[in-house]
Amino acid sequence: MQIETESGAVTCSRGFTQQIEKESGVNPALCYQCLTCTLGCPMARYMDYHPDEIVRMVQLGLRDAVLGCSTIWICASCEACVARCPNDVNIPHLMDVLHQTALREGIKPRELKVKKFHDAFMDPVKRFGRQHEGLMSAEHFMRSRDLSLRTLKVAGALGIGMIMKRKIKLMPPKAGEGKAGVRRLFEKTKKRIPR
Amino acid sequence: MKYAYYPGCSQEGGEEQFGKSTEAVCHALGIELQEIHDWTCCGASSGHFLNEELSYALPARNLAIAEKMGLDTVCVCAACYLRLRHTRHEVRHNPGFSKKLEGLLDLPYEGKYDVRHLLDVVVNKLGLDAVKAKVNKPLKGLKLVCYYGCYLMRPPGIVAFDNPENPTAMDRLLEALGADARDWSAKVDCCGGSLMLTQSDAVHDLVGSIADRARDVDAEAIVAACPMCTMNLEAMQKGKDKLPAIYFTELMGVAMGLSDTKKWFKKHLKNPSKVLAAHGL
Repeated sequence: MQIETESGAVTCSRGFTQQIEKESGVNPALCYQCLTCTLGCPMARYMDYHPDEIVRMVQLGLRDAVLGCSTIWICASCEACVARCPNDVNIPHLMDVLHQTALREGIKPRELKVKKFHDAFMDPVKRFGRQHEGLMSAEHFMRSRDLSLRTLKVAGALGIGMIMKRKIKLMPPKAGEGKAGVRRLFEKTKKRIPR
Repeated sequence: MKYAYYPGCSQEGGEEQFGKSTEAVCHALGIELQEIHDWTCCGASSGHFLNEELSYALPARNLAIAEKMGLDTVCVCAACYLRLRHTRHEVRHNPGFSKKLEGLLDLPYEGKYDVRHLLDVVVNKLGLDAVKAKVNKPLKGLKLVCYYGCYLMRPPGIVAFDNPENPTAMDRLLEALGADARDWSAKVDCCGGSLMLTQSDAVHDLVGSIADRARDVDAEAIVAACPMCTMNLEAMQKGKDKLPAIYFTELMGVAMGLSDTKKWFKKHLKNPSKVLAAHGL
């Protein structure tokens, strides 16, 4: 079905609302657009669609617009929206399910850097059972190839500070038996994190 | 008072001053911490971002070991705290979830024992009178704001040992230590968390706004209870006149006259020693 909007016709995908509801356990119909979520959202001003709009779009089944947008990747998971929602609509969880759905359905992440960051975060965990800031940062730059001045400035200031203060350990963390235990969990939960 | 202790990766990595001060303060207060054997990462924000099943399995591995120890778990990182509690909450409220986890872990986990943040244990279990009894260098005249961030208080059904919109537990603790903890408006604001490298403009804005709100009430430092928040506050404030961030455990150590406080402060990207020295601490 197509609906006309100010910016042209958009397609409502049959079954998308139900698919997301089933996957997330979040009933989007509970939202009556009071905008409490958006008013308290620290990331709202950087998003292409506000949290309330995302829920509305899920209600309407606007699959392509939702799964292709930036918002679902840059939600900070601060939990302010769900803490304040009069109907307990779990928007942070909805965001997780939406970007995971985008990945599964082969839609290119609109904010690829964010996806790559999370992959990089999980890499030392998978290898050693615990996080290692140095390896994670190296992994992030290798994966994201984000060499923009803005990112380099942040990473440079942080990296130099961390090295000067000897915050980055040379040796990888030692989790003993935990190392194999965690690796097993990664394997059993199957969804291998793609490079 | 004895707990299974989940240190969390930051506390043994980049933010070891939080881990070291936690252990020293607990020792001084008679809170016995028994480290969870071969504990592993909880997955923090990336776990649930990428893979829901893994985001429960990772914390559950640690909780299952703690359950064998027969103890409630205590942790200090706010992100670990939420992930651990989230997992226990699912096990207790979602029939069949425990079995599903057991299939992944090859360990039983039934969510029998509680998970608490050290701040909650100190303020609500141990009590502030016991803390006051140990204070020998009160933080007199030190103007501070207590920053709770997101995961100590949100989402309220899962965490929140205090009023989620206006928590006061840390403020009451700092007052018991003799400090001037000021009321302010950014207590539960978000620092941008793990978006530091990927949405750095936003994180600069968010951290800048938190620091500005602290300056509105003439605070000399921001007291924190999360390694991610602390790192963001220290690294992402712009300008020369940055406000330092200090862990609540470090300030407990100072007020209790513990010996290693200077070592802890050296590990900060912005060393808070000067602020304390201005008050003879």
